[in-house]
Amino acid sequence: MTNTLLTISNLDISLPEGSERSLAVENLCVDLAPGETLCIVGESGSGKSLTARALMGLLPAPHVRVSKGSINFCGEDLIQASERRLREIRGSEISMIFQEPMTALNPVMTIGTQIDEIFRYHVAMPAKERRQRAIQLLEDVQLPDPEKIVSAYPHELSGGQRQRAMIAMALSLEPKIIIADEPTTALDVTTQAQILKLISDMQALHKTGVLFITHDFGVVADIADRVAVMQNGRVVETGSVDEVLNRPEHDYTKKLISSVPSLIPRPPRTRSADVVLAVQNVQKTFGDGKSFFGFGKPNRVVHAVKNVSLELCRGETLGVVGESGSGKSTLARCIIRLLENDSGKIMLDGINLCDLNRKEMRPWRAKIQMIFQDPYASLNPRVKVGQIIAQGPMIQGANKKEAEARTRELLEIVGLDERAFNRYPHEFSGGQRQRIGIARALALDPEILVADEPVSALDVSIQAQILKLLDEIRERMNLSMVFITHDLRVAAQVCDRLAVMRYGEIVETGVTGQIFNAPQHSYTRDLLAAVPGQKWDR
Amino acid sequence: MNSFWNRFSRNKSAVLGLFILGLVVFMASIAGLIYPDDPFLYSRFPLSGPGVNGFLLGSDSIGRDVASGIAHGAKTSLLIGLIATLAAVFIGVIFGAFAGYYGGLVDDVLMRITEVFQTIPSFVFAILLVAIMKPSIESVVIAITVVSWPAVARLVRGEFLALKNREFVQACHTLGMGDVRIMMAEILPNCLSPIIVIGSLMVATAILIESGLAFLGLGDPNVMSWGFQISDGRSMLRVAWWICTFPGIAILITVLAINLVGEGLNDALNPRLRERN
Amino acid sequence: MNRSSKILRYVAKRLIQGIPIILAIVVMNFFLLNLAEGDAVDVLAGEAGSATPEYMEEMRKKFGLDKPLPVQLAVYLKNVVQLDLGRSHRHDMPVTELIVDRLWPTLLLMTSTIMLAVGFGILLGLFAAINLNTWKDAMISVFALITYATPLFWVGLMMIILFSIKNDWFPTSGMENSAAFYEGFDRVKDIAHHLVLPTITLSLFYLALYTRMMRASMLEQYGQDYVITARAKGLTERRITFVHVLRNALLPVVTMAGVQVGALIGGSVIVESVFAWPGLGMLAFESLFARDLNLLLGIFLLSSVLVVAVNLVVDIIYCFLDPRIEVN
Repeated sequence: MTNTLLTISNLDISLPEGSERSLAVENLCVDLAPGETLCIVGESGSGKSLTARALMGLLPAPHVRVSKGSINFCGEDLIQASERRLREIRGSEISMIFQEPMTALNPVMTIGTQIDEIFRYHVAMPAKERRQRAIQLLEDVQLPDPEKIVSAYPHELSGGQRQRAMIAMALSLEPKIIIADEPTTALDVTTQAQILKLISDMQALHKTGVLFITHDFGVVADIADRVAVMQNGRVVETGSVDEVLNRPEHDYTKKLISSVPSLIPRPPRTRSADVVLAVQNVQKTFGDGKSFFGFGKPNRVVHAVKNVSLELCRGETLGVVGESGSGKSTLARCIIRLLENDSGKIMLDGINLCDLNRKEMRPWRAKIQMIFQDPYASLNPRVKVGQIIAQGPMIQGANKKEAEARTRELLEIVGLDERAFNRYPHEFSGGQRQRIGIARALALDPEILVADEPVSALDVSIQAQILKLLDEIRERMNLSMVFITHDLRVAAQVCDRLAVMRYGEIVETGVTGQIFNAPQHSYTRDLLAAVPGQKWDR
Repeated sequence: MNSFWNRFSRNKSAVLGLFILGLVVFMASIAGLIYPDDPFLYSRFPLSGPGVNGFLLGSDSIGRDVASGIAHGAKTSLLIGLIATLAAVFIGVIFGAFAGYYGGLVDDVLMRITEVFQTIPSFVFAILLVAIMKPSIESVVIAITVVSWPAVARLVRGEFLALKNREFVQACHTLGMGDVRIMMAEILPNCLSPIIVIGSLMVATAILIESGLAFLGLGDPNVMSWGFQISDGRSMLRVAWWICTFPGIAILITVLAINLVGEGLNDALNPRLRERN
Repeated sequence: MNRSSKILRYVAKRLIQGIPIILAIVVMNFFLLNLAEGDAVDVLAGEAGSATPEYMEEMRKKFGLDKPLPVQLAVYLKNVVQLDLGRSHRHDMPVTELIVDRLWPTLLLMTSTIMLAVGFGILLGLFAAINLNTWKDAMISVFALITYATPLFWVGLMMIILFSIKNDWFPTSGMENSAAFYEGFDRVKDIAHHLVLPTITLSLFYLALYTRMMRASMLEQYGQDYVITARAKGLTERRITFVHVLRNALLPVVTMAGVQVGALIGGSVIVESVFAWPGLGMLAFESLFARDLNLLLGIFLLSSVLVVAVNLVVDIIYCFLDPRIEVN
C-alpha cells in the first residue's frame, strides 16, 4: 500500500447518550489513492457527512467523537495528531468543500479576504503576492472578472459562483486531498454539471485525491473511480464504480440502485382528448418597480411567469420541468389559486377560475388539490393527522362522521396504519408525512392534482415508493396531474407529456419520449445533457 | 405536557425561579392573614431598626411596618404585572397577526403605528400617561400596557410572516379554509411558545416599570407597593437604610425569579436553541 | 453605483422615514395635551393658578382654542416647527429654552453610560462565550441575571449608602460643586467625579443586557457553517473568534444598542432624580411634582426626537458593519 494517501481503518464515531444509535459510524475502512475519486454514497442518516468531518478533526466535540480506529494520512495518524498539527494540515494538505456555499462563506468578509486567510496562516507570503494568487485562483476556477470578485461579498455572487469561490479556496495550497460534502446538491443541474467538471479538471491537474460525499447515483456514475455505499453507519459495499453500479452485491445497494429512476422514458400511454384544465396566457410578476419616494433603487420587477399556456387532458400526467427560478412553482401556485395571476385564464369545466372571488372559489377548491414539496413544513405540527385530513371535507360541508370515515379509508389507501389518525405529524418519517399530505389532497375527491416537487425532499428509496403510490392513485381515481419537478429522471418515469420552463417561459412542450429523444430547443438539450449518470443508464 | 415538564425541570435555575415565584405568590395571598392590619397604619415607633420593637424588617418614618408593606405590596406588583402583560399580549397578538398575515397596506399601516410606539421612550411615555390620567392602579396598568404591546406585535408579526408561507398554511387555503380560522386555529398555536416566553419576561419588566413609577410618586396613593416604600424611605436614607433596602430586595428576587422561569420556558419550548449549548 | 453613495442614499431614505414618526409623535403630544383635565391653556399656562385671566385669554387666542380641533392641531404643529412649545409655569420660562439648558448634562450622562454599557457588555459577553460553561462564564451569567433584575433607583440608593454615606468617596448629588467655583481642568475633574455614580447606576442594567445578548449572539454564530469552513481552512481558534465570529456577532448587539436608547432615556429620569443630576430627567421629575404638564410634554417630544436621531446614527454604523444591508 505504498501508493495510498489516506487509509481509514476500523473507524467508530460515537454519538452522545440518548441518540437513536450509539455509533454514527461503525468499523469504517476505506482508502484513497492520489488522483483517485472515492464516492461515499448513502441516504440521510447513513453517517457519510460525519465521516468527512472526522477526517478533518471537525466533529462537533465533545458530544460526537471518534471512539476507535485510525486515520492514516501519508504515514501519520490524524486521530493521534495534536490540534496544532491538524491545523497545519487543514486547508493546506486536506481541504474541504461544503454543500451550501452561501452559509459556508462568512457573509461579512470579501471572497478575497477569505482566500487570503489560508495563505496567511499556512505560508509566509507578502500581501501583494497573496492577492495576486487569490485572483489567479479565481481565474483558474473560471470565475468572470476575478479582479472584481476578489473584493465582492458572498451575497453578491450566484450560487454556482459561490461554489466556484469555495473550490478556489479549497485548491489554494494544492492540497493532496479534497473532501467534497455534497458540493452540488444545492445547485441546479446545469450548474452541477459545470462544477463537477471543474472538480475533475482540477483533480487531473494536481493529482488530488477526492473524497466525494453524495446521495446521487447519477453523480457517482459520472465522477467516481471507486464507491463505498453506506447504510446506518456501516459500509455495506465497496468496489470500483463499474462493480458497484452495474453488478451490486449487497441487497441494500441493489435496492438503492433499482430505486434510481431511469432516464429512458416509460412507454407512452394512450391519451384522452378530453381537456380538463386549460391554462391560457397566464402572467405573474412580483414587485411593482417603484422606489421609496424616489430614494434607493426601485424594487425589481420579476416576471415569474410570462405568457404561459398549457392543456391538461383527463388521466394524463403533465410534467413541468425547469431549474430554480424558472417560475414552475409560481405557475403551480397560480393554477391552484394560491397566487393571483396578473392576467390570463385558468379554465376548469368551462369556468375561468380567475374570475371567482374567494367565496365563489370554495366549491371549486375540491376539484383541484395540491401536494407540497416539504413533508416537514406541509403538515401543521399542532394538529392531529386525522384532523389534517378530515378538515377539507368538513370545510366543504361533510359532517364529522362522514369525514372521519373517509379519512380512515384514505389512510389505508396511502398505506398508513389506521392508528395514525390520533397522532401528531412529528411522530412520522418524511415518507410517511408525504403520504399524509397525499391523503389530505385526496380527501376532497379532486379531479386534478398539482404536485409541486413531491419527492425532491425524500431519499431515493422513499422517493420510489411515493412515485409508485402516486401512479397507483392516479390510475385508481382517474386523476389528472400537473407534476412540477427539477429532476428529469423523475419526470421520465412519471410524466406523459412535458413542458420545459426557463425564465418564466415555456420553451418546449411535447410527449416525454419525444422530448428526451429529440429535444427541439437548445435549452432542453442543455438540460438533458447536464443530467448526471447518462452513460451509466440502463 | 409531561415531556414539557421534563425539559423544564432539567434547567435547575428555572425550577429554583419557579419555587421562589411560588413563595412570593404565597406571601401575597396570605398577606391579609399574617398582617391583618392596613399596611398604611402607623405606630408609635418610627424608624425602628430590623427586629426592634417587634418589627421584623423595621419601621418607617411614621412607624409603618416595612414587612407588612412588603407582604401587601407583593399583591400589587404581581397583579399589575399580570394584568398589564395580559392586556399587552392581547393587543400585540391582534396587531401582529393582522399585520403579518395580510401584509401589504395593512402591514404598512399597523407597523408604522407600532414603530411610533416603539420609538417613543417607553418609561417617559408611561410617566406622562400616568401624570395625565392621575395616579391610580388603573392608570398604571394602562400605561404599562400601552408601552409594552409593541414588542409583542413585532414578535407575532414576524412569526405570522414566516408561518403564513409555510406549506401547511397554503394547504389550508387550497382546502378553502377562511382567514380567521387559518390565523387562529392554524398559525397562532404554532407561535404560542415565543408568546409565552416574551409574556413571562414582560411580567418582570412590568413589575420594574410599576416600581419605577411608584418611586417617582406615580403609584396609587391608596395602595401599598414596593416602589412606594422605597420612594418614601428615600429621604431617610442616612438614618434608616432598611426602609429602602428590603422592598428593593423583594423586587429583585421577584423579578429574578420570573426571569429564570422565563428562560426555563424558553429552553423547554424551543428545543432547537437548547441543543446549541 | 459605489458603496458610499449607496450608503448616502440609504441614510437619506432613513431620514425621510424618520419624519412621519416624529410627526406622529407631535400629533400624539397634541392629543395628550387635550386629554389632560381642563383645556390646553390650563395646561399650557399651568394649573397652579399663577397665570392671570387676561394672560389665559391671550393664550387661548394665540392657540385658537375657540376654533375646531383640526385648526388647533395645525396651529400646534406650526408652533412646534418654530420650536415654540409654550411656557413652563413653574420656571416661568419658554419650555424650549429650559430643555436646551438641561439637555447637555443628560447627553453627557447618556454618552458615558452607553460607552460603559456597550463596551463592557461586549467584552463580558465575549469573555463568557470564550469560556463557555466554566466558572468564569457562570460568574458573568449570574452577575448579568441579578443586575438585569434590579430596579435602577434601588441600585442608585444602595450606591449612595455604600459609596457616599458609609464611605465618603463620591458625592451624593448634583453635577458639580458650585460653591467651589472650579475652573478649567479642575471643573472637568469635579464633573467627572460627580458623574461616576450616576453612570455606573444607569449602565448596570444595560451592561447586563448587552452581556447576555453578546454571549447569546456569539454562541449562535459559533454554530454557523462558516465557522466550520474557517476551521477546515486551518485557521486558529483565535482568528475564528475575533475575526469571523465577533464581527457577525456584533451585528444584533449594535441593532439592540439603538433600540435601547429610548429605555435609556427613561432610566435617566430615575437616575437623575436619585442623584439630583440637573438634566432632562431631573427636569421631568420636577415638572411631575409641580404638575407642569406642558414642560413634561416638551421633554417627551425632545426625547423621542433624540431616539429617532440615535437610531439613525446606529443604522449608519450598521451599514459599515454589514455589507448585506442593501439586500434588506
